[in-house]
This record gives sequence, structure tokens and C-alpha cells, in this order.
Amino acid sequence: MTVPISMFLVLAAALFATGAMGFLLRRNLLVLLMSIELMLNAVNLTLVAFNRIHPANHAGQILAFFVIAIAAAEAAVGLAIVLAFFRLRGSVRSDEATALKN
Amino acid sequence: MTKMQTLEWAFFAIAALLTLGGAVATVAARRPIRGAMGLLTTILGICGCYLLLHAEFLATIQLIVYAGAVVILFIFVVMLLGSSAESPQDDRAKVSRYVGAGVFLACVLGAGALMTSVTAERSKALPAVAATYGTIEKIGQELFTEKVVPFELTGALLLVAVVGALAVGRGKQADPTLASTSDESNPAEDRPAGEEA
Repeated sequence: MTVPISMFLVLAAALFATGAMGFLLRRNLLVLLMSIELMLNAVNLTLVAFNRIHPANHAGQILAFFVIAIAAAEAAVGLAIVLAFFRLRGSVRSDEATALKN
Repeated sequence: MTKMQTLEWAFFAIAALLTLGGAVATVAARRPIRGAMGLLTTILGICGCYLLLHAEFLATIQLIVYAGAVVILFIFVVMLLGSSAESPQDDRAKVSRYVGAGVFLACVLGAGALMTSVTAERSKALPAVAATYGTIEKIGQELFTEKVVPFELTGALLLVAVVGALAVGRGKQADPTLASTSDESNPAEDRPAGEEA
């Protein structure tokens, strides 16, 4: 193993930052959900990288496994909410979600 | 640098390039279908990183669950929405959004610099791993002995998520209970249907 762990951690941080920037800057609900997936992937990469430093057990990899399962559930529920929102408002812009505001 | 080391660095460079390029494509995409393709690219890059980190089982799961299920779900929804899936970017609250994103980016860059300086000397000597590290046998053994309770709870959570996605995604129009109550409350509509039959 020649590539140091810090390279993976920096890659994960950059990926998380990209996903968070997308979440903060975009207004399309579909892109927001994809940005959340990017951030979850970055966290998974961090978990697996730290597990490589402490290879006595597989705690990090198993936690990443659970995160993948929860990310899949989140995508399913989130996309169902996007569909319901589209039926209500005819658009997927997050600006249109003002039902509780007014 | 031996040939093997060069190959590892090249593999990591390709994986990192796929990951970051896909992430930028996802975030910057005007059309959500391009964003879904960017997400797919990112997932492939992450999968390569998992292979480098001796997490073969997770690499497989990543491909099956993310590339096989999540991205396909996104593409289904994008195609279902059609052209209305694209939304023009507006300028409302532009300043606060960009300032917030800039502050966040600065925090992440600072944290990354700190993290690199802290972990630099530590990651020089990585412990050697057993040949069975990250294989499906070892992870399955650990998953079904020490972590069996969270595993079962994840199953319950997935069931709840399926029910919730069905309940939310079905909408009011397809609700048979609502349709039947509206039929009973208005018997005048029922009669012509009965006469035709």
C-alpha cells in the first residue's frame, strides 16, 4: 500500500465539500438529493479509510455498510416526496415549498 | 518506485479523478439526467478507492446498491418528470447562499489542511492486513455475531422506508378508500353505473 491514507481523507473531504456546496447552491430538488448522496459517499470513504489504519476488526466497513443501506432508504423516500411535491406544485424547485410558510 | 507502486498511484489518480469530476458534474449539471450520470461516475471512483483500501465486499455492495438501485431510481424519476425536471436557476437570496457556501468551503479547506498535517506522519507506516481482511467471510462473521442487532434494525428500517415511500408516492388519486367513500356519499353517481351493468 503506497498511497497514504491522508490522500483518501483529503479526497473524501473534497467530495463532501462539493456535495455540500451543491446542496447549498442549487434549487432543484433532484440535484439536492444527489448532493446528499455525494456527502454520504464521502463519509463512507472516510470510514473505510480509517478502518484501514486499524485493521483489527471491520467496524468502519460495517458502519459504511449500514450507511449504504440507509442511503438507499433515504433516496427511495426522498424521491417519493419529490414526486408528491411535483404533483402538488407542478415543479421541482425547492423555492416552491412554501405550504408551511404562508 | 517499483512498477507495482506506480500502478497503485495511477489507479488512485484515476479513481480520484472520476470521483471529483463526477461530483462536480453532479453539482453543476443543468439537466438532472446529466447529474445522475455524474453521480454514477462518482460511485465508480469511490468503488476504485474501496478496492485500494482492501474493502472488496464494500466495493461490490457499492456497485450493486448505488449504481444498480439508487442511480436507476433517480433516472426513473427524472424520466417520469420529463422536461419539468429542469428548473432555471434564480437570483433570489443569491448573496446569502453564496456567502454561506463560501464560509462552508473555507471551513472545509481549513479542516482538510489540519487533517493532512496531523495524519501525514501517522500514515507513513500502515499496518499490514491479513489476506482475509475485507472479504465477505470476515465481514459476514462480524456482522452476524457482534453487530446482529443493528443489522436487524436496518432490516426494520428498510421495511418502514418501503411502506413510507409507497404511502407518499402513491398520492391521493390512487387511494381506493377515498374513492369508495366518495362513491358512497354520492349515490346519484352510482345509479347510472348500475343501470349500465
